[in-house]
Amino acid sequence: MKKSILSMISSGSRSINDPRELYLGLLYPTEDYKVYGYVTNTKVKFVIVVESSNTQLRDSEIRTMFKTLHNAYVSVMCNPFHVPGDNITSRSFEKVVSQMMVQD
Amino acid sequence: MTNNIISKLEQMGCRVGQSLAERFTRDSPRFGSELDIIKFICKEFWVGTFKKQVDNLRTNHLGVYVILDSRFKLLTHMSAGEQYLESAPKYLAFTCGLVRGALASFGINSVVTAEVSTMPSCKFQISIPKT
Repeated sequence: MKKSILSMISSGSRSINDPRELYLGLLYPTEDYKVYGYVTNTKVKFVIVVESSNTQLRDSEIRTMFKTLHNAYVSVMCNPFHVPGDNITSRSFEKVVSQMMVQD
Repeated sequence: MTNNIISKLEQMGCRVGQSLAERFTRDSPRFGSELDIIKFICKEFWVGTFKKQVDNLRTNHLGVYVILDSRFKLLTHMSAGEQYLESAPKYLAFTCGLVRGALASFGINSVVTAEVSTMPSCKFQISIPKT
């Protein structure tokens, strides 16, 4: 998985997207799931996995989800009590994530 | 004792630099090369922390970058003479850490040192060891 993300960054093979964009788009569709990726400039990778049967989530929605996730992550990192590299225990981050999941 | 303080300040700067790097790059496009990252430090990062861009950037293309700021924010409030030249490094340690921390969060290990020769201007040297 990690390898495929990294190769996508280096090859820049996404035809639709700007290669300098943080959002990587659909990484690969399997039979049951669609896997989307997002890598920040600080090399943090976010992955969203959606059931293939779920058709109401479009590319733009996935994009907004990543953006929200990224914003939440930035807030966690800017918390002086968070030690970089530790597990994220922030309640507000968790809230953002779970809100995103119950959406549908 | 002074060394202890300076390294402590540097470490604090490093942690803050990591956070700032995360925040300032939130909406910027992906960096292509090392030079892109250094340029980011000189522009967005410097503007975000000191409200001005750096005045000059030089490099030997072998992993050494020199940033010159001719009116460095943390030194402008001090007398411009020679009087405080000795204590100036204490005011620069935190910034060295900021830069090192920011670079570290972009995946670049570096050594950052600062140097003051005439008062409000100062030079930061970033050396990135080649692997």
